[in-house]
Amino acid sequence: MLSPDFVILTGVAYVGLLFLIAWVSEQHAHSGYAHFLRSPAIYTLSISVYCTSWTFYGAVGTAARNGLEFLAIYMGPTIVFVGWWFMLRKLIHISHAQRITSVADFLSSRFGKSSRLAVLVTLIAVVSITPYIALQLKAITTSIQAVSVAKGGEDHLARLDELTLAFGVAVGMALFTILFGTRNVDAREQHPGVVAAIAFEAVVKLIALLAVGVFVVFGLGGGASDIFTKAVEAGLDIHEQQPLGSRWVAVLALSACAVICLPRQFQITVVENSNEDHLRTAGWAFPAYLLLMSIFTMPIAYYGLATMPEGSNPDMFVLTLPMSAGYDALALFAFIGGFSSATSMIIVASIALSIMVSNHVVLPLLLRGARFPEETGERGIARLMLRARRVSIAVMLLLGFLYFWFAKDSDALAPIGLISFAGVAQFLPALLAALYWRHATVQGAFYGTLLGFFVWAWTLFMPSFETTSPAIAVLMEHGPWGITSLRPEAMFGLTDIDPLVHSVFWSLLVNVSVLVVVSMSTSQEAMERIQATLFVDAFQRRASMQPHIARGSVTTGDLFLVAERVLGWKQATALFEASGIDRGPSNGDADVPPDFITKLEKELAGSIGSASAHILLTTVVAKDSISLEEVMRMADETQQAIEYSHELEEKSRELRIAAQQLQEANAKLQELHRQKDDFLSQVSHEIRTPMTSIRSFSEILMTEQDLSPEQIDRFISTIHNESVRLTRLIEEILDLSALEHGERNWENAPSNGEAVLDRSIAVCEALARRRMISIELGARVCCGWVLADAGRLSQVFINIIANAISHNDASDPRVHVTSFIENGCYIVEISDNGSGINEAYRESIFDKFVRAGSSVQSGAGVGLGLGLNISYRIVERLGGTLSLVKGRLNGACFRVSLPLHAQCEHVQALRS
Amino acid sequence: MTDILIVEDEPAILDSLSFILGRNGWTVASARDGDLALEAVRRLKPRMLLLDIMLPKKSGLDVLKAIRADPGMTKTAVVVLTARGQQYDRELAAELNADGFITKPYANTDVVAEVRRMLALHHA
Repeated sequence: MLSPDFVILTGVAYVGLLFLIAWVSEQHAHSGYAHFLRSPAIYTLSISVYCTSWTFYGAVGTAARNGLEFLAIYMGPTIVFVGWWFMLRKLIHISHAQRITSVADFLSSRFGKSSRLAVLVTLIAVVSITPYIALQLKAITTSIQAVSVAKGGEDHLARLDELTLAFGVAVGMALFTILFGTRNVDAREQHPGVVAAIAFEAVVKLIALLAVGVFVVFGLGGGASDIFTKAVEAGLDIHEQQPLGSRWVAVLALSACAVICLPRQFQITVVENSNEDHLRTAGWAFPAYLLLMSIFTMPIAYYGLATMPEGSNPDMFVLTLPMSAGYDALALFAFIGGFSSATSMIIVASIALSIMVSNHVVLPLLLRGARFPEETGERGIARLMLRARRVSIAVMLLLGFLYFWFAKDSDALAPIGLISFAGVAQFLPALLAALYWRHATVQGAFYGTLLGFFVWAWTLFMPSFETTSPAIAVLMEHGPWGITSLRPEAMFGLTDIDPLVHSVFWSLLVNVSVLVVVSMSTSQEAMERIQATLFVDAFQRRASMQPHIARGSVTTGDLFLVAERVLGWKQATALFEASGIDRGPSNGDADVPPDFITKLEKELAGSIGSASAHILLTTVVAKDSISLEEVMRMADETQQAIEYSHELEEKSRELRIAAQQLQEANAKLQELHRQKDDFLSQVSHEIRTPMTSIRSFSEILMTEQDLSPEQIDRFISTIHNESVRLTRLIEEILDLSALEHGERNWENAPSNGEAVLDRSIAVCEALARRRMISIELGARVCCGWVLADAGRLSQVFINIIANAISHNDASDPRVHVTSFIENGCYIVEISDNGSGINEAYRESIFDKFVRAGSSVQSGAGVGLGLGLNISYRIVERLGGTLSLVKGRLNGACFRVSLPLHAQCEHVQALRS
Repeated sequence: MTDILIVEDEPAILDSLSFILGRNGWTVASARDGDLALEAVRRLKPRMLLLDIMLPKKSGLDVLKAIRADPGMTKTAVVVLTARGQQYDRELAAELNADGFITKPYANTDVVAEVRRMLALHHA
């Protein structure tokens, strides 16, 4: 027969066995025979730390109360390991590359090595896991009591009340965990001994549960179908359950989150993982383990409900069923199984939490207080860390005990576990963002997690004290300050819903929303951006991308001092030697390559977390506060390089423009050259033509003897006319040249355009009379004052009128002259009734040597093709325009338009 | 029968050429532009042309081209007159199978000699 003393002593002996396993494994691991310890089987078994006493005992209880709900607890992890395998792999890959030590370290590292986020995550983990540890205490206490109740109160230990028993268990577990988990600060936070012990416990609890299951189903119940038949006969409605209700979905989601986010799961699955490929085995083996753990849950629950007396605790069926059948050995084995579940959870959880607390809370506080320089000696910081961890383990178990004390009246195991799950589930949004959302910012992660945590604390954690505190009960009934919409279990009118579903819904909604909104409205800092890339693109990028701490004036001696304090002399020496860093005194102030600092930082991060390692090294490296200057100088140099490059670009652009301008100038010169050739050719023609006549006629006059006086007269007259033509041509060429070079002195003075026009008409009268042409005068203004050289203006008028006279091919040739004021311009139009200017010449009429193909006989008075060009240039220089317009007669009409002289405008206005 | 068609837009030059050639006993006709020249060539079928290049309406070179393209006028000799005297004009005329080339200003005797040579060559 089992006595409580015997049970307790068995437990202690079992713990002793665990310690032995751990110690032996540790020795083997250090001496190199670690092959078996680093196998996928051990890894998979250790992951089953997920199955705590809550699943060992509580699954049956849950099945008895809520039917198939217990399955969700197993299905969540199954979904993660089977379906989200790739996500776990990325998590592990990154954590190995970055030497991640905990879930807090992971999030902090991803979000720019933020200490603030690490502290928050650590805090949430501590608060969330406290109920869970309490749950294990409760399980152990209850199971011991279950034995002692059956036995009666003869023994000393059995007379202890619940609280004392729980306290005793807590103290025992604390001592055990401290001995177990904090023997040293391992460089990589891997504990092969602990893992081996956990794997052993996994085997024990599985076999124990299977043994009880086989015994109950086949030994007592006579097969599964008999049990179900018996249950139905006993009035149990086994078909009533609604497995896919909202609560079921919530539990499923929570357990999926938990298997990733729970600190102990992260510790085992990610940190203790020695090979990514082990995940392949765990991917199917862990779900298979869970299936075996759950296979007898339903039959045990139904058999217990059908056969055990009314009021029996279904959470203890696994223990009480064999006892009631008199199988004490099996009951003891079941107790050991439950004890295994509880202890493995407490050990791993408290180790994981103590690492988080020491790395993210204690060390940063010490660093901020700058106390670490006094903590001298080899592994000074490491020893400090160990002390911090021991204290935090004790504090964790104390907190667990306190929670147990306050919530002791809460009846079942499972609800407490779900409170923890919902708490750590607040890490998941940030964790997923860390893995897959490059633009998630530390602000988003911090406030999302913080507010999600607040909502969780308000809607689920606090209500768990309802039975203990009347104040909380009142709060839950009426809401804070009577605001009913803030009642913890009915936020914003969301009533009539399971409190768990309610809490999960609100907390995760708030968490995700804040994460997304804040991330999108804040920007990342440099370190954050680099880390985000390293995490999100973990499989694409190499670790060489690792950001360097800005190079300061750090010496190898300083660095070694830091490394030694954390890693110990041996390991630090090995690290320095492996990297070829000479730390001898002769080389004490040599420059340290930046990538070595990065490497050292990573190595330190493996012991004290990335945020702490970063702070530690930054304080050492940047001791002379030179790094900022260094950074500024580097930025300056970069800036200068950029500016220089800009200058070069600008120069090259200017050269390109200059080359283009040269090319254009060259093209223009060539065009001018061609124009000059054309001009010379034209001039040659214009000179040779009269010369031909002169020479020819003079030869005739010289050689022919019998010319009539009329012939002699005609020939001499022709020679004279052609000579005049030649003279005029030369004058025109010189005139044009003067105009083109602008050398001619212009006497611009206010002139009355009308007077000039009258004089010009008078000059042309003789020519007109000779050609029997009448110059008609149309409407005229009284005066048109313009600023002009009167002689030049007259030249223009004469040229145009003479052209109109000499090129007029009409039968009754007429020339019409009119003038008017329009838009502040004095305008003269000279038109004729000839055949007009051929379309083909309209464009080029003002060019040199263009004659508009008049068929009128040319003679001494005819222009040589330069006249209009000269006129055009003159008018242009007077600021006016010479153009061909549609006139009142059918022929050509030239319009001279000159701006009125400003001073004369008012006179103009008076006179008109 | 017209011996020579003078195509020239300068009245004074036309006057002098007509006088010189007439004095040498040849029958002379004249045209003032390219179009009239072609019309006159077809109507009068002269033995030869004295053809100025710079002409209104149709240049002398175009007239030459048209004559060379007409199978009925293969025998007509063409002497080109140019006042520009550029190598370019000379080459172009040679290319178009002009029979002779006279640059203005010229000596009257040169013109008479050239005309005599042409008419003798194309006598047959």
